Amino acid sequence: MQALYAQLLVGLINGSFYALLSLGLAVIFGMLNIINFAHGALYMMGAFAAYFLLNLGGIGYWPALIIAPIVVGIFGMILERTMLQWLAGLDHLYGLLLTFGIALIVQGVFQNYFGSSGLPYAIPDQLKGGMNLGFMFLPIYRGWVVVFSLVVCLATWFLIEKTQLGAYLRAATENPTLVRAFGINVPRMITLTYGLGVGLAALAGVLSAPINQVRPLMGADLIIVVFAVVVIGGMGSIMGSIITGFALGVIEGLTKYFYPEASNTVVFVLMVLVLLVKPTGLTGRAA
Amino acid sequence: MPEAKLADKPATAGGAEVLSVKDLQAWYGESHILHGINFNVKAGEVVTLLGRNGAGKTTTLKSVMGIIGKRTGSIRFDNEEIIRASSDRIARKGIAFCPEERGIFSSLDVRENLLLPPVVRSGGLSLEQIFTLFPNLKERLSSQGTKLSGGEQQMLAIARILRTGARFLMLDEPTEGLAPVIIQQIGHTIARLKSEGFTILLVEQNFRFASTVADRYYIVEHGKVIDGFANSELSANMDKLHTYLGV
Repeated sequence: MQALYAQLLVGLINGSFYALLSLGLAVIFGMLNIINFAHGALYMMGAFAAYFLLNLGGIGYWPALIIAPIVVGIFGMILERTMLQWLAGLDHLYGLLLTFGIALIVQGVFQNYFGSSGLPYAIPDQLKGGMNLGFMFLPIYRGWVVVFSLVVCLATWFLIEKTQLGAYLRAATENPTLVRAFGINVPRMITLTYGLGVGLAALAGVLSAPINQVRPLMGADLIIVVFAVVVIGGMGSIMGSIITGFALGVIEGLTKYFYPEASNTVVFVLMVLVLLVKPTGLTGRAA
Repeated sequence: MPEAKLADKPATAGGAEVLSVKDLQAWYGESHILHGINFNVKAGEVVTLLGRNGAGKTTTLKSVMGIIGKRTGSIRFDNEEIIRASSDRIARKGIAFCPEERGIFSSLDVRENLLLPPVVRSGGLSLEQIFTLFPNLKERLSSQGTKLSGGEQQMLAIARILRTGARFLMLDEPTEGLAPVIIQQIGHTIARLKSEGFTILLVEQNFRFASTVADRYYIVEHGKVIDGFANSELSANMDKLHTYLGV
């Protein structure tokens, strides 16, 4: 039983990263119509930003949780302004190719300087140790990642679904021309949206640094699964990507317990099934 | 009739010129749609652009709003040239647009649709005043925007631009596809707005409707303004009008 709970926890942790990353992808896809293949590289940059802050600036985990997403988010907004914005109105393939190229370049640069092995990043003192829950032992940092990710996901959902700013975003997703004709600077909003999505990826990177170490290819490994999550949840759906992210993490964890051989493929099998039955994803709307 | 003279027609209402369009040309990609549009609108007037389908009426409104890619000529609003301005800046100067397709957002509920256009200046209608004009909307605030009937959607599309404080409204075929009783209600609304000092540029196919609200008319054909007259000259121009509109 202990092993089952442990795998469930691992599943929830992975689910947290899936949710944060697929949420960012959904926000970006909704607004920019771009399949952001650079997402994994930006997640990795978030982890490296935390690493640099600590080792070069002596700035610890808690400030890094805020600073790294902002710095990487600004990097993302520069990408949007200088490159992605010119792809508006073109086929999805162009955005996919461009962001894939960006991912390769960014990962290549980091690999050149840091190799492929992991750099250590310590768990902050306040979150060290664990608790005995009676039925299992819970490392505090892991519990924190799950709870904090959930809070960030729900806050993002609230921002988009329940606020005036979110109403601008949703409206501009439907009809950017008309929203602009109401007096809203839509191009600036698109840039900020990309920054938000990238910031979420970087935040996931910081959260993962103490668990998975900091590696140039940490995002490349993860992003393939995240895209499967997005396909299953439905491109562009906010709540769909959150729920699917956590759910698939848990399903993966359960598979590790009951049938470990399939744990790496279960997400893709589900993706195939969903695509066969409902090509727009579980919560997706037809394009 | 020479086009230059149209701008000199006496207005039945209003005073200062709010909008002045001169030699406006516009393109959709390669297609040249407007070939030199000239007209003006004075403060407090309701001016209607009439013409057949595809004559360039909607393109004219969209050009004023800045949402047609390529446009040349001159569009002056409140004595300021706006032909080069982006549409968000044009909106901030106090022009509000109600598109032909109404543009109600399906991912927003009625309240969000209503509150979507930002307030660009003070003096807009309060929500209370809007609900007095359109009582239906108040009961449907939490419905999805596109679940409303066609008439309610049209009212929502007009209502949301009244909040913004813009005093110059452009309404593109507000009666299209609506039942007579709704058309009547929209007519009352336009009359009410006019009495409260709004300036309105209207595009209509429904001449009968336009004649109940308009102060002046311009006839658009093949991307040009080919004629114009005041409502008081309507009966004298009925024959010409039938030829222009083919009704």
